[in-house]
Amino acid sequence: MKHTIKELEDIASQIRRDIVRMVHGCQSGHPGASLGCADFFTALYFEVLNHKTDFTMEGKGEDLFFLSNGHISPVWYSTLAHAGYFDKSELATFRKLDSRLQGHPTTHEHLPGIRIASGSLGQGLSVAIGAALAKKLNGDNSHVFALLGDGELQEGQNWEAAMFAPFNKVDHLIASVDYNGQQIDGPTSKVLALDDLQAKFEAFGWHVINTDGNDMQAIVEGLHYAKTLTGKGKPIMNLMSTQMGAGVDYMVGSHKWHGTAPNDEQLALALAQLPETLGDYNPLAP
Amino acid sequence: MKKYTYTEKKDTRSGFGAGLHEAGKKNENVVALCADLVGSLKMDSFIKDFPERFTQVGIAEANMIGIAAGMTIGGKIPFTGTFANFSTGRVYDQIRQSVAYSNKNVKICASHAGLTLGEDGATHQILEDIGLMKMLPGMVVINPCDYNQTKAATMAIAEYEGPVYLRFGRPVIPVFTDPDQKFEIGKAWMVNEGTDVTIIATGHMVWKAIEAGEKLAELGIDAEIINIHTIKPLDDEAILKSVKKTGCVVTCEEHNKFGGLGESVARLLTTELPTPQEFVATNDTFGESGTPDQLMSKYGLDAVNIVEAVQKVIGRKKA
Repeated sequence: MKHTIKELEDIASQIRRDIVRMVHGCQSGHPGASLGCADFFTALYFEVLNHKTDFTMEGKGEDLFFLSNGHISPVWYSTLAHAGYFDKSELATFRKLDSRLQGHPTTHEHLPGIRIASGSLGQGLSVAIGAALAKKLNGDNSHVFALLGDGELQEGQNWEAAMFAPFNKVDHLIASVDYNGQQIDGPTSKVLALDDLQAKFEAFGWHVINTDGNDMQAIVEGLHYAKTLTGKGKPIMNLMSTQMGAGVDYMVGSHKWHGTAPNDEQLALALAQLPETLGDYNPLAP
Repeated sequence: MKKYTYTEKKDTRSGFGAGLHEAGKKNENVVALCADLVGSLKMDSFIKDFPERFTQVGIAEANMIGIAAGMTIGGKIPFTGTFANFSTGRVYDQIRQSVAYSNKNVKICASHAGLTLGEDGATHQILEDIGLMKMLPGMVVINPCDYNQTKAATMAIAEYEGPVYLRFGRPVIPVFTDPDQKFEIGKAWMVNEGTDVTIIATGHMVWKAIEAGEKLAELGIDAEIINIHTIKPLDDEAILKSVKKTGCVVTCEEHNKFGGLGESVARLLTTELPTPQEFVATNDTFGESGTPDQLMSKYGLDAVNIVEAVQKVIGRKKA
């Protein structure tokens, strides 16, 4: 372990503060699943991922990460800033004109840490497979991680990719699903049920594991365990249960906070629940 | 009229296959992907020599585009292969986000474009792909005219950094360009110098423009013929230079007149040099089953249609 669980939880607390402040600052964006995935991003970037912050597109010899559900950009941007990819003062520019922190992540503005645009859903798993195939051709044994939303699994391209990866033994790939059971129009069980995702991915030939994505110990151990499963002929699917809005009591578990910004009063309520551990970014854009 | 002859007919897709093989020999980062149409795309020689650099994705075009975009991150130069319909309309959003907006070095290689796909009918005969692709910021759009030009174009795009749409076709047509040509992206080819009208043609329509030029010469009309193989970026300079001399233009393409080469030329001319123009193209229609020759005739894409358009546009020139 590079950090104690307490240290990681402190980082996640600061990331959650950043998320609500960023979304409040521009009165737009997606706080719900960003908060839900704060523990995953912390575990990934501060504990699991073998990566360098002097960013190169190829990331030779490094583990790569792809975010398919690009609307949870706030959690990624805050994580990248605290990991050292760029200064945290830039978080104040989120979703504002001339910013590198676009509403959805993009390579277009050359933000370090981003390797593909995402936002239009369902495309990230294919891209991660491609990156993994290129690594294989290059004799590079490092890992490729991807995060998908659960609602996004309703997009058919995911299942094209799900069929491809096991058949082609893309076995340095670790995909995670943010399994919060919510989407814009309501619970996934009501909109278009995902049913037994474990059985579905196993039927496609994936090695499926289950983790609690809001328990730091569990998610760190789960991702480390996933790494031990690679190189054995199967891609790994981590079904990670999370709560939308985790860390902010009035947002927890409700699809209503998928894409709604808190007002001033709600911001204060949220921040009171999230200790400032690494220092807030300056709200004035640099 | 300069004399063009040919000794053999070949399909442009075979030019692609040969070019891909050559590009693969020259650069080990060239990789190929196909969505269950290896034979149609003539990828066999590449696959035979570089099996580890070929990925069969099955009938899953969206996944193919995403995988190709991902492979560029590891420094690969992916060439995706399927029919033009499935290379564009079916995967437009994947190309838009994962390739064009992300500025990935993917070469989208599209066979069986246009009516000359023939008997399979309108479901497969895309006549909108040039428009779809040229609207994407940063996308290069190329539609070569014969086997040799397609082979040269395929090799050239491997050396170009950035997303490219390469459009070619199914039928065998005359091979009339130089086998050793150097293909320059965005540079028009002067097929024939003339003074009375500028005929601008792309793809399969270039040979038909040559046939039309010969008939026009018999009628005493001296046609300048320009091959625009690169629809985007357009060779503005070559077009303006020619039109300044001739004062009228006919554009020829196996594509809908909405969104094709003709509209690109019209956009240029209306802003720089307003000029009478006629369009030889399909007219906001789907195709149908039939032989390539029957279809090109029925939908007005023959040499005779070019001759008629030339006569009409010359009549519209200011006295």
